[in-house]
Amino acid sequence: MSQNQLPVPAAVIHPDARGYWEGTTREVIVLQRCDDCDTVIWFPRAICPRCWGSKLSNFEASGRGTVYSWTRTNKGMADYRDAGPYILAYVELAEGPRLMTNLVGFDGDPKIGDAVQATFDKIDDESALLRFGPA
Amino acid sequence: MTAHVRIAGAYEHPGRHLPDHSAAQIHAEAAIGACADAGITLGDVDGYFCSGDAPGFGSLSMADYMGLTLSYVDHTEIGGSSPVAQVGHAAAAIAAGKCSIALITLGGKPRTGGTQAGAPRPDAPEYSFEGIYGLTTPGGYALAAQRHMHEYGTTAEQLAAIKVAASKHAKHNPQAFLPKEVTIEDVLNSPMVSDPLHRLDCCVVTDGGGALIVVSAEVAKRLNRQSVAVLGHGESPKLADNGRIDLTYTGARWSGPRAFEEAGVKHKDIDYASIYDSFTITVLETIEDLGFCKKGQGGAYVADGALEAPDGALPFNTDGGGLCNNHPTNRGGITKVIEAVRQLRGEAHPAVQVKDCEIALAHGTGGNLGNRMGSATLILGRE
Ligand SMILES: [Zn+2]
Repeated sequence: MSQNQLPVPAAVIHPDARGYWEGTTREVIVLQRCDDCDTVIWFPRAICPRCWGSKLSNFEASGRGTVYSWTRTNKGMADYRDAGPYILAYVELAEGPRLMTNLVGFDGDPKIGDAVQATFDKIDDESALLRFGPA
Repeated sequence: MTAHVRIAGAYEHPGRHLPDHSAAQIHAEAAIGACADAGITLGDVDGYFCSGDAPGFGSLSMADYMGLTLSYVDHTEIGGSSPVAQVGHAAAAIAAGKCSIALITLGGKPRTGGTQAGAPRPDAPEYSFEGIYGLTTPGGYALAAQRHMHEYGTTAEQLAAIKVAASKHAKHNPQAFLPKEVTIEDVLNSPMVSDPLHRLDCCVVTDGGGALIVVSAEVAKRLNRQSVAVLGHGESPKLADNGRIDLTYTGARWSGPRAFEEAGVKHKDIDYASIYDSFTITVLETIEDLGFCKKGQGGAYVADGALEAPDGALPFNTDGGGLCNNHPTNRGGITKVIEAVRQLRGEAHPAVQVKDCEIALAHGTGGNLGNRMGSATLILGRE
């Protein structure tokens, strides 16, 4: 979907985040919700950080969100060393959590509050990288 | 909890570029400098405190290298706030009778290259949800700055005023890495690193280090050196909060009130403040959260010259701070305490020495405003 030229670094997939990463291969955001207190959890983990229960269910998020904050980093490091300028951002999902991501496909500067839609860059057969473009 | 404790020695390593030093050597030279300042030797030390920048096995490697004999060790890792918090940790250990002469060291050489404390580790649960997007240290702070500007109308010029104030202090410090006074325009014209932070909104990258000696009041009485009372300590990490992070405030919102309450002092009592200054936005949010101005009013506060010594409302970082003087091993916590000690002893540069400086605050920030951070506040008093 996304035509950006950003790097696609490999993910380290821990056992407690397998549901999320499996979802990315189908281009959906799989989130966890606590069965006991209903909290939507980000990033994935084995316990609810609000009530400390361990009964968590996966569900598919809408992929919609808004820009909470953003910055254009002119020179990155490591995998991003030669990427040129790129936009690091927090997107607030419609389901509540704010997650760190990249914004791609914007002409010019994004604005805080802009509506965005999930897009996925394939890493390998087990994972893809969640980014966001204009809605 | 802390009133029984004194800082008896404080030493800032003079180096800023140390290609011919090992990291352990920097720690050891700082430790010997702080001991000499207090009038003791490393043989007197019975408690040792270091953090993530200590090489090898941390406290064990460094205690071994320095030949220490210890009854207490503490290896804390909350980034640049570690040494500030460790003054409180040393106070608690001394109160519990676990040690009576505590040494805190920090040192490293990021300017030359070498191991970087706090680098992302693949076993971190957040590893593939943050760094994978090209998060850099300036990038994380820039996210905070952008949001603060959005909510409160803070401007790049207001952030730049913080660098200008630091540079006016640094020009009196012959050891400062950036000793030249800069203007608002200089900051705004410097290259953009990560929107809205320019190069001059960032701290310096320096090799170096520092050390502190924290002792019981009984020990302090026996020493032939003016010591500084530890009146209050507070700390609190601020976390990514299950994806509900609010980038407009810092952990100082909690660590500050704890320190003020323990010290039993008010904001108007603070004569001098060392405020952690990894970036200009770090200072802006911290002074709001500590309560020196209302939330969102930090921009107007700093633009009014409040931070400039000796006569501003809140003279800060009179050594030039991390923004201009020294940010050893990418962690400025120990230099924050050292300059506060200088002010309380009347040993700051005369051009920036605050008159009758009786109560000082030192605040440390570690990690990143953009995800998770350590926060520690000390209130110190002249003896
Ligand atoms: Zn729960």
